[in-house]
Amino acid sequence: MSTTLPDAAPASPGGETPERRFPSAPLFLSGPAALLFAALVLTPLFLTALLSFNQFDYATGRTGGFTLEHYLAVVTDEYYLEIFLRTFRISALATAICVVIGVPEAYILSRMSNPWRSIFLLVILAPLLVSVVVRAFGWSMLLGPEGPVNGALIALGIGRMKLLYSEGTVVVALVHVMLPFMVIPVWTSLQKLDPAVEQAALSFGASRATAIVRVVAPQILPGILSGSLIVFGLSASAFAIPGLLGGRRLKMVATVVYDQYLSDLNWPMGAAVAVILLAANLIIMLTYHRMVEGHYRRRLG
Amino acid sequence: MTRNGPVALFFHALVVIFMLAPLVIVCLVAFTPENTLSLPTRGFSLRWFEAVFHHPDFVQSFWNSLWLAVLSATLAVALAVPASLAITRYEFPGRGFLNALFLSPLIIPHLVLGVAMLRLFAVVGAAGSFGWLVAAHMVIVTPYVMRLLIAAISGFDRSVEQAAFSLGASEATVFRRVTLPMILPGVTGGWLIAFINSFDELTMSIFITSPSTVTLPVRMYMYATESIDPMMAAVSALIIGITAVAVLLLDRVYGLDRILVGQQ
Repeated sequence: MSTTLPDAAPASPGGETPERRFPSAPLFLSGPAALLFAALVLTPLFLTALLSFNQFDYATGRTGGFTLEHYLAVVTDEYYLEIFLRTFRISALATAICVVIGVPEAYILSRMSNPWRSIFLLVILAPLLVSVVVRAFGWSMLLGPEGPVNGALIALGIGRMKLLYSEGTVVVALVHVMLPFMVIPVWTSLQKLDPAVEQAALSFGASRATAIVRVVAPQILPGILSGSLIVFGLSASAFAIPGLLGGRRLKMVATVVYDQYLSDLNWPMGAAVAVILLAANLIIMLTYHRMVEGHYRRRLG
Repeated sequence: MTRNGPVALFFHALVVIFMLAPLVIVCLVAFTPENTLSLPTRGFSLRWFEAVFHHPDFVQSFWNSLWLAVLSATLAVALAVPASLAITRYEFPGRGFLNALFLSPLIIPHLVLGVAMLRLFAVVGAAGSFGWLVAAHMVIVTPYVMRLLIAAISGFDRSVEQAAFSLGASEATVFRRVTLPMILPGVTGGWLIAFINSFDELTMSIFITSPSTVTLPVRMYMYATESIDPMMAAVSALIIGITAVAVLLLDRVYGLDRILVGQQ
């Protein structure tokens, strides 16, 4: 674009676009949004990073000075280590289940014909827009002591089980919340796939399984990877699901930060855990970005 | 096109049941005549919906959430339209950085944004202010609006604008009569998705709402951690209803698959 060109050139009819007349236009246009984001994203994150290095006095509740003790606590204290490990375990499990359910489901959806395809895509994706509190509450009713799942277990002669406030429940509810994030990227990469290629493999005598493993899978792998990273990142920072279905004992990183801030009032400790969570998320996302870019460069090069 | 086999369709049915079960049970239990969370086996009753409308805290939180969502969606669109014009149409220093900054709330966990905002509000003395809560919500809904607007603006033919300019229309007229109507589906779609996201937001809001600005999801979370009765189910059913209306509107205006899955 020619935003820096001087106006000396004779104006050709219809060629005089606003950019040329006002080189400062992008500043005015993006200025208000940039100010908002500087004030409410960059500043608070910076303040929180600073806060995480402050000392905290339990007696007076005052903060100040400089210390690394909060970060040290996270890597040495059994309590925090256990919570980070649990968060990692639950998120990894939820991600794996999302792959196992989401990838075949996206494949099945892509082989349907309209109107079923649009209807079921809506059914799978629309729960994404319903508040997560409502979905967590739904699961607590389904899995509660008087809920239909326990009813079925009793009817089958297995007997009542205590399902709520267990890691299993948290994983199931997380899978429910995260599944659309797996279906979307896999679906997108399936849309780019030429069905003729799979047909060709079949017509050359490949079995259905071979065609899927050797032809379809490699092409949708970037979609699966993208979905896995999104699901893992969102699960690791999930708050409402462990908060409502994990009970008091089963803490995850997000619920611990909440406790530090609103019960213990140890803001610097909570800030340190939040900074670690943010750093982990950014590393995952940037690694993914690198990987995808590398992937495309290899394909183009 | 090859068809799905019976095994595939069975698997698909299980996934659909899994996705819908928690929402369906909430809507059923909301109509129970009993005092406990149970399926309505002895007929339907609206008593728990009545209880919601007579519960001052829930009514207050509903209006808070509604105003918050309307204001933050509207203001976010007002900022995002010029910002996405700048990003799609101009080449300027810092363009890539601004683009990344405007989309960054998508990859920053809401929990981190929540504690960060809490810290900022404490420092500037804005704790509990509704105006600052609106600004915080603007930050989290703006990326959704920007994505749709950038797609809408880059996908349109600029020769129409050029024609209007060459016929002597002013900047303001071209924007009002040509540009805006052409990106209108992106604007309304962006507003609706912003509204839904603000209305549903829990994790950031729980850190920065005060007793007078508590939003509906935060109120429900607090309520659910203390006691659970069918009133929760009734509130949830109402939220599912509101979301369903918004989703249908969104589907009409913009196409839900286009918003959720992206341009094809």
